[in-house]
Amino acid sequence: MTTTATKIKKGILYICLTLLAAACLLPFWLMIVNATRSGVEITHSFSFLPGKSLKDNWTALFNYVNLFQGFWNSIKVAVPATLLTAYFSAITAYAMAIYKFKGNNTLFKVIIIFMMIPAQLSLIGFYNLCQKLHLVDSYIPLILPAIAAPGIVFFLRQYVQSTLSKALLEAARIDGASELRIFHKIVLPIMAPGIATMSIGSFIGNWNNYLVPLILLNTPNKMTLPVMITTLNAATDLQKNQGAIYLGVAISVVPILIVFCFCSKYIISSISAGSVKE
Amino acid sequence: MAKNKVMAKPKKRDRNNTAYLFVLPFVIVFLVFSVYPVFRTLYLSFTNYKGYGDAVWAGIDNYKRVLTDKFFWRDLGNTIKIWGVNIIVQLGLAFLLTIVFSDIKYKMRGLAVFRAIYYLPNLIACTSVAFLFKTLLDWKYGTFNQILVAMGLTKTPINWLGQTTTAPMIVALLGAWMWFGNSFIVLMAGVQGIPKDYYEAAAIDGAGRWKVFFKITLPLLKPILLYVFITSLIGGLQLFDLPFLINGTAGASTAGDPAGTLQTAVMYLYKFGFETHQVGYASAIAYTLFFIILIVSLIQFKLLDTKED
Repeated sequence: MTTTATKIKKGILYICLTLLAAACLLPFWLMIVNATRSGVEITHSFSFLPGKSLKDNWTALFNYVNLFQGFWNSIKVAVPATLLTAYFSAITAYAMAIYKFKGNNTLFKVIIIFMMIPAQLSLIGFYNLCQKLHLVDSYIPLILPAIAAPGIVFFLRQYVQSTLSKALLEAARIDGASELRIFHKIVLPIMAPGIATMSIGSFIGNWNNYLVPLILLNTPNKMTLPVMITTLNAATDLQKNQGAIYLGVAISVVPILIVFCFCSKYIISSISAGSVKE
Repeated sequence: MAKNKVMAKPKKRDRNNTAYLFVLPFVIVFLVFSVYPVFRTLYLSFTNYKGYGDAVWAGIDNYKRVLTDKFFWRDLGNTIKIWGVNIIVQLGLAFLLTIVFSDIKYKMRGLAVFRAIYYLPNLIACTSVAFLFKTLLDWKYGTFNQILVAMGLTKTPINWLGQTTTAPMIVALLGAWMWFGNSFIVLMAGVQGIPKDYYEAAAIDGAGRWKVFFKITLPLLKPILLYVFITSLIGGLQLFDLPFLINGTAGASTAGDPAGTLQTAVMYLYKFGFETHQVGYASAIAYTLFFIILIVSLIQFKLLDTKED
């Protein structure tokens, strides 16, 4: 029953949607293009096609700052933090969903409250704590707190409740398996899809984190990628060559673009899952 | 924590003791790195702590100072202005997209692809986005101005980040650009969570698409709209990365922060907490800001609740 009028209207809608998509992608395309053009070219005119100065820009950029060091630092923080979040959120969520123990409800309520408390409220106290523990300029305060991720526990607790059958656990218990073994051998594999979804989100969060590394890290060599990128801001040598700056930003963005190409489904389902209880 | 109570089945007791072991790492880290800092900030807000040495009790002096600090209120005003423009564009766009994609007559395709592309800016680190746009929007040499001039939309390049009128708008729109995809996904997930029966029943009754939208989709979407609004408010009043980075004055030909219009409340907090070493005062700013967020959130809940009667 599609009339011509409907078809035209639909066509216009698709054009609008495509333009909006272009608005989302164009800045990244310009970034990649400008990363391959010389400073002079960039200041004189724009182009939608790549230039030939990638190598020069690369040299100029890496003469100023070793971004791969920042890259490596970010990996050193984001990977262990994500693994800790995944494992400990899973085991906490499982315990809260399956066992009956005193304090379970209180813990759940505290988790809900802390999910809603804005981060800036703890920022100063957190820094103060790190000072007392002599952990300033160390990666430990960036990694260890990942063990306690209230939002992810909240999500996984619901996930366990909806996917795990208690009969399966009883069967394993009759076979004499210990509780920890049951968790590792039976529960973890069942929870894996939920854990994976949450882990991608938590990895990106850790990778992009700016404020906490900014206040905690002093040594330039220890800086994570986002913090290192901002130091380009102060590089007066580089300001003459915007191509090198675009290249620096591009190097920080491209890995996320690649991850996104492979995992966009999981990423989007993690956002949907986080907001809607099914 | 685990008190041994006498229970009928010893086996069950053992099992529940295992539960304590399972949640123990979480609880310890949570208490140390999440709960303690919140209360530590509260304590420091009543002292004149300088970031070193002893914290001397100062009563409510810091809070008195916050209430009369015109720069705090100016910066809070800036934050609200930026957030206000941001939320209108962000939520408006997300809402329009939700209407388009949930329309029962048009049955638009390609949701997965569009949704992914719209979400992309959200994924990029705020630092990279800020820095990229700072360079693209550069006054004299920026690509954006070059395109505008080439299209004949403006004769001379516009100093986007250097004017009191445009700079906060740019930050607000950048925020909307980054986050509308997220709001869209959340709203769309809400639409997809509405049972299909409702729509089938409406189709049998012969209800038109707008009627379906206003009578089924919108009312059932309300809690999720509230969720998006509140989370965006909490996030928006904490706005830091974007203006903080756009603000930097080292940009090629763009002098950032025209007349302090890009100073947000959390940037003000950062200044005292980590630059000028008035940690006690910064803590009081954090708590004042928290109470403002709390009150506004509660009002929002109330407003949206009464409408349902």
